[in-house]
Amino acid sequence: MADSNTAMQDYDRPLLMAGGLGKTYGRLNACQDVSFSLYPGEVLAIVGESGSGKSTLLQLLSAQLAPSSGKVSYRMRDGVMRDLAALGEAERRFLFRTDWGYVHQDPVLGLRMAVSAGANVGERLMAVGWNHYGHIRDTATSWLERVEIDIGRIDDAPRTYSGGMRQRLQIARNLVTEPRLVFMDEPTGGLDVSVQARLLDLMRNLVSELGLAAIVVTHDLAVARLLSHRVMVMKGGRVIETGLTDQVLDDPREPYTQLLVSSILPA
Amino acid sequence: MTAMIDIRHAQKTFTMHLQGGIELPVVSGVTFQVEPGECVVLSGPSGAGKSSILKMIFGNYRCDGGRIGIRHQGTLVDLASAEPRQILSVRRATIGYVSQFLRAVPRVATLDVVAEPLIANGMARPQAQERAGQLLRRLNIPERLWPLPPSTFSGGEQQRVNIARGFISDLPILLLDEPTASLDAANRAVVVELIEQKKRADVAMVAIVHDDEIRHLIADRIVDVTSFALAA
Repeated sequence: MADSNTAMQDYDRPLLMAGGLGKTYGRLNACQDVSFSLYPGEVLAIVGESGSGKSTLLQLLSAQLAPSSGKVSYRMRDGVMRDLAALGEAERRFLFRTDWGYVHQDPVLGLRMAVSAGANVGERLMAVGWNHYGHIRDTATSWLERVEIDIGRIDDAPRTYSGGMRQRLQIARNLVTEPRLVFMDEPTGGLDVSVQARLLDLMRNLVSELGLAAIVVTHDLAVARLLSHRVMVMKGGRVIETGLTDQVLDDPREPYTQLLVSSILPA
Repeated sequence: MTAMIDIRHAQKTFTMHLQGGIELPVVSGVTFQVEPGECVVLSGPSGAGKSSILKMIFGNYRCDGGRIGIRHQGTLVDLASAEPRQILSVRRATIGYVSQFLRAVPRVATLDVVAEPLIANGMARPQAQERAGQLLRRLNIPERLWPLPPSTFSGGEQQRVNIARGFISDLPILLLDEPTASLDAANRAVVVELIEQKKRADVAMVAIVHDDEIRHLIADRIVDVTSFALAA
């Protein structure tokens, strides 16, 4: 009873909160006054054209960039909401290694290209204290299967992999520690359309099976529609429209959002 | 006050910013209720706003005024002012929507497309797939097609997959946008039967059907949308 109560409360309390978040570079406002709450299991898409500030926002949210104003708070595994800027180095490392995933558009940035695929996945486990080779290898194997990579390729380095395989490996590497929040920066950006569909389908299933929360930056509205529950539209560093994904895409209100939606080429 | 859907003075206008900010009034003063086990059919000419009303009840179109009351897990939620999370929760547990066209994820097998709403609600995959199979069989989709993604199917087949996906959950409210439009007589009869079954299970339904015969068979009450349409 007590347990189910706590679980319920956790689900109803935000996992991450941004308040008045902004970043300026000299006189340039890269991102201003962004506020929102993200709940466990929720997928939020940030859409907008290049230069709209969406990548800056993702870096602020994932504590890779210090904000010029405002703050980001995150609910740690002990249930306490903490200001990211006030975390100690050890706590920050814990987030990056375990509780968060970060999927880069270019898998080269998220993988170690010269070591084997199995080691790429196993490394995250070792970083959180796993030391039994057999267990690490078994877990790595099962994750490669989950992201549809042939087990026969486990000892090959990702530089011998295709773009789609590299991206799936990067996802496995990120999810192996069972993070609660995953940041994705244009995850399907550099891939062929046929490969994109497979990856999207895979991400969609993993996110729902694992109950992950995710923040996905994309300029592709189809990706936002497939993956996200909610969407924020950015322009000139500001969030100009926000809401349920299908609502914003089917009934856009702002001139810029209407332009974005009407600019999609029909297949 | 047992109504599952209680809409009062709901209003919708599109503002087309790319066309010089033209205001396109769609509906206003939309007011009607739907009781459990009742099927209300919206009538009116094409363009009168029937689909827009369905989309407003599903929270897909935003409402510019009025109230869209939905009985959700014992409480009344106003979808016109609800938070995105609340709308998602209402869609998971209370409102199902059968759209005119199937919007499926590429690469996903038909059986999984249909089973997905049950799995999302926590049912085990094998059990969900079994129920999906029963429904597909009933809608005359041959078993050899089940492992294939529906994107290559004919219009009528896609619509039946869509119907199966919409009818599979035991949700207390179901919205139907032309569920029989591209079906042959045999499959239309199956859909009428499915709707009857939902009525017996106390499901509240709002439907759009152009076929007079089908409308006659399923409608408990007809709401004429023309009275809500605004003169532009």
